[in-house]
Amino acid sequence: MNIIVCIKQVPETTHVQIDPQTNTLMREGVKSIINPFDMYAIEEGVRLKEKFGGKTTAITMGPPQAEAALREAISLGCDDAILLSDRAFAGSDTLATGYTLAMAIKEIKNFDIILCGKQASDGDTAQVGPGISAHLDIPQVTYVKKIEAIKDKSITVERMTEEGFEVVQTTIPCLLTVVKEINEPRLPSLKAMMRAKKAQIVSWKAVDIEMDSDRLGLNGSPTQVVKVFTPPPRPKGRIIETTPEEAASQLVNLLKDQI
Amino acid sequence: MSIRVINDKCTGCTLCVKACPFAAITMVDKKAVIDLDKCTLCSACVETCKFNAIEIKRESKGTPDIDQFKGIWVFGEQKKGIVQPVAFELLGKARELADELKTDVSCVLLGHNVQDKARELIERGADNVYVVDTPELENFLDEPYTKVLCRLIRKYRPEIFLCGATFIGRALISRVAVRLHTGLTADCTGLSIEPEQKILLQTRPAFGGNIMATIITKNHRPQMATVRHKVMKELPPDASREGKIIEEMVDRPLLTSRAKILDIVQEIESTVNIAEADIIVSGGRGMKGPENFKIVEELARVLGGAVGSSRAAVDSGWMPYSHQVGQTGKTVCPKIYIACGISGQIQHLVGMQSSDIIVAINQDPHAPIFTVATYGIVGDLFQVVPLLTKKFQEIKK
Repeated sequence: MNIIVCIKQVPETTHVQIDPQTNTLMREGVKSIINPFDMYAIEEGVRLKEKFGGKTTAITMGPPQAEAALREAISLGCDDAILLSDRAFAGSDTLATGYTLAMAIKEIKNFDIILCGKQASDGDTAQVGPGISAHLDIPQVTYVKKIEAIKDKSITVERMTEEGFEVVQTTIPCLLTVVKEINEPRLPSLKAMMRAKKAQIVSWKAVDIEMDSDRLGLNGSPTQVVKVFTPPPRPKGRIIETTPEEAASQLVNLLKDQI
Repeated sequence: MSIRVINDKCTGCTLCVKACPFAAITMVDKKAVIDLDKCTLCSACVETCKFNAIEIKRESKGTPDIDQFKGIWVFGEQKKGIVQPVAFELLGKARELADELKTDVSCVLLGHNVQDKARELIERGADNVYVVDTPELENFLDEPYTKVLCRLIRKYRPEIFLCGATFIGRALISRVAVRLHTGLTADCTGLSIEPEQKILLQTRPAFGGNIMATIITKNHRPQMATVRHKVMKELPPDASREGKIIEEMVDRPLLTSRAKILDIVQEIESTVNIAEADIIVSGGRGMKGPENFKIVEELARVLGGAVGSSRAAVDSGWMPYSHQVGQTGKTVCPKIYIACGISGQIQHLVGMQSSDIIVAINQDPHAPIFTVATYGIVGDLFQVVPLLTKKFQEIKK
């Protein structure tokens, strides 16, 4: 069974803030990490390989420094890694990103299951995973919280819904996006970390992949950002410090017209 | 496609250096220089520059016959034959946008035995309802829903298409936008029409809500967006509203699916789905154990609300994951959010900070949750929460 895990390097979101004076991003001390949701995709990809044999390949599109994310993926159990890095990819929105990843995956050819995190923690769109499966015209199941069974060329999974979950069966090859509940990612072993350090990361540019150059990067992106701003701060709240009885009465009074 | 600094206009003010999220700009001889290996063409610098000294050129092939696309469409998401509230909220917003564009609002309803719901959508603001009613569409499946929706959009060519940012919506519309080769903006919290070019301004939070971005789809149609629950206001039902119901027939091949649903399991412990709830009462680590969640559940019940949870309480096994609010759980935006024993780590705040009213109950006066709280009670939740339940019960009588 050959698994492809699509990952993204993101800033550690919790540290991204706007400087109130200059209204600009403060990036000092912001670390780059693997998108937290992709950690579950990596773990699931490695588990599937351990159970069914085959190979797990991590792939990412990003600047050259995204190589660090791929090395980390190898330290977590992935066998191979491919970096898609080229000026031609810059400015990609979700449509162009999904297209580029899909065309690169086509180039890999031999795959059974593609795994993605449910969304990336910086953009939060949840659009690239379904976009890849649409470009490849393969079935998808989003928000997967459990893989129940894999038999012959079919897979049964649990898909999260607002109210609970659905049990969905689909054919392989397919794409799954996974949620946190699916597993508990392992820590890298010392041996895997050594391997990751030495591993050869395959690097592809646009010319290495068969694709339509009009559909890449900024030119291939229908959406454009026209304005970036800080949300208005929440008005300062009111702190109630008194006896529990009095505090509860005050709050009920404050809220009684709202309920 | 290229980015360049126009040296004659650059004053060396360094605003762009600070604005660049990727540290791609440095100053050389008091002029901005962009490191193309680091630049992602995100356009944050273009936005920031007061002197129009940075230029990004794009050569984009858009949708042909862009002027032929008219009207606003809303996806009428249904589950078990019940139209989801977010569809009504979107109809309310679509009505407002349509009046500005002097066009009409249509809703598309896919399902089985759902014809009688079409009238409901008209009462909530739709001028036309396109219904595809067939057993294959009873429950959501990615492939047939995508194929049918693409067929209808290609046939009727709406200029704007809106859908709830639900589990279904996010999976479906991402696939549809790819097949139609158009732009899609996820999870919008603001929509308006740019008065000159009549294009849709789509505003959404990024970086967990720390930053807002306004996005347009200029040269492609339809302009597609998913929209968060509870952000737009629904119109009250108006039984006198008139509209057309159009039944659409689709070919068999559009209805085939490689995936099938084997079972549907409802597991939300409390009665209300947290994404749709007007009031949410959440518990965190301060609840001290799963048995104590009953006081939170009691308060939620009296208020007709839903029960939420912080990641800490879910990771401790006190609450199921489906109740988790925050970065790795659900993003919610209720009218009232009551956080009990939740310290307010940023991961939690990004999932609930756009709620209208936030109440925090915590023993630690320095807990970060108080920085976003509209009303903060410093005190013991085990005393305060039952008192609130009792007092709300009294006024509800």
